[in-house]
Amino acid sequence: MQAVKMVITGPFSSGKTEFIGTISEIDVVSTERKISSSAEKIKESTTVAMDFGRITVDEDLVLYLFGTPGQRRFDFMWDILSQGMLGFVVMVDSTKPETFREAKRILETFESYAATPYVVAANKQDQEDAWDPEDLRIILRLRPEVKILPCVAIDKESVKNILLELLYSILEQLDEEDNA
Amino acid sequence: MALKGNLRDFSTTQLLNLINLARKTGTLTIQGNEIAHVSFREGKLIYAHMGNENGNLAKILRNAGKLSEEQARIIETKARGTSDKQLGHLLVQAGYVTQSDIIQSVRQYVLDVVYKLFTWVDGLFRFDANKLPPPEQITIPIDLESIIMEGSRRLKEWEILQEEIPDLDTSLRFTDRPDARLRNINLTVEEWRVVSFINPRNSIRQIARANNLSDFEIRRIVYGMLQAGLVEFVRAPKPKPATEEPVKGTRRAKSETKEQSPAEKRSVVTRLIDRIRSL
Ligand SMILES: Nc1nc2c(ncn2[C@@H]2O[C@H](COP(=O)(O)OP(=O)(O)O)[C@@H](O)[C@H]2O)c(=O)[nH]1
Ligand SMILES: [Mg+2]
Repeated sequence: MQAVKMVITGPFSSGKTEFIGTISEIDVVSTERKISSSAEKIKESTTVAMDFGRITVDEDLVLYLFGTPGQRRFDFMWDILSQGMLGFVVMVDSTKPETFREAKRILETFESYAATPYVVAANKQDQEDAWDPEDLRIILRLRPEVKILPCVAIDKESVKNILLELLYSILEQLDEEDNA
Repeated sequence: MALKGNLRDFSTTQLLNLINLARKTGTLTIQGNEIAHVSFREGKLIYAHMGNENGNLAKILRNAGKLSEEQARIIETKARGTSDKQLGHLLVQAGYVTQSDIIQSVRQYVLDVVYKLFTWVDGLFRFDANKLPPPEQITIPIDLESIIMEGSRRLKEWEILQEEIPDLDTSLRFTDRPDARLRNINLTVEEWRVVSFINPRNSIRQIARANNLSDFEIRRIVYGMLQAGLVEFVRAPKPKPATEEPVKGTRRAKSETKEQSPAEKRSVVTRLIDRIRSL
């Protein structure tokens, strides 16, 4: 039995829990706890440990999805989470420009942990005030080969698309390694 | 799609940089202490005005010293209702000013408005795509790169600089953006000196030392260049410790799946793809 993992990261309230919940076959296991600091009052409760979802492929293979904790004081966990990951998704709340800088910081941190492929999900594209993914590409200074994809985390097809695009990128990287 | 927010979260520099790189056409409206309207065509600044006065030409020429107070006053009363373009023609024909006086003065007026915006730290902004000034307005296309450089030069917030460039031990390289043309950017002597040292092998700190620049000065220069899209940070994968003891921390670059052969890994990925497609 083999277990592989992907990490879903991104700023607070970008939609990580929603994303994992939409696709996971088990209820997202997340250690939610009421947090009262005013900055975090945006949501009723927020993840303090991490989200955890699962997709069973067959008897021999299972994929785990881990969502990173939102608060900076849990940054130390990123390193641990990133070990052995197949790839990662950076979620961005496209309606909140005030979080773009943080998204970039998170992206760079994960990039430095591992050379695994990643995609950026420009989430909440169903919202009227969502910024355009291509504008986000410029703002986040993404390299041309990094995909930035429109995302609606509450929509299963959209979440599937993000994971598939990430897997395609992983295949491409394997091809490149073969050719090297 | 929407491009709106507050300068607190997304600065003037970032906005102009985005408009430049995405070659946007439209009008940016910022409501700060005053209201500013800035128009762009295909990523170039073409017009700007502040407040409700639309910066009429007579006033602009007066402020630029091309018309006397008296001349400006007479023209303003006589030419009420005349568009700036028409008025410009008349003034040139009558020999009051030259065409280049007009271009220079309007250009300076527009730049002054935009440079002022760099100092705004708070204000709601909105970008209306494809909204442009009326055709009778005099517009002058100006490259945003040099404006961003100059605006950043004026932007002295140490904190922002520190946040944008936290680590002076990283290095820089020129972006391979084909349209990042050095010749269109006005660099100061100091900036040129820095430019000549840009190389993935030189850390920012080394460049500063070589040029006798303080941390603040080098950050300011590098920030301007980053914002103008001229350079970018080198985030090369850390060099693999070939023979020496692995440096602490590099361990994490090796994933546990490394033991797998590429074929095995490929099989895992294809199975995942099939499964997710079927969901
Ligand atoms: N409209 C909309 N709301 C979303 C979307 N994704 C997440 N949300 C909502 O945004 C809020 C924050 O999402 P959550 O997953 O808890 O963020 P997290 O902090 O990254 O885990 C929740 O209220 C979600 O229901 C989306 O694509 N569209
Ligand atoms: Mg969450």
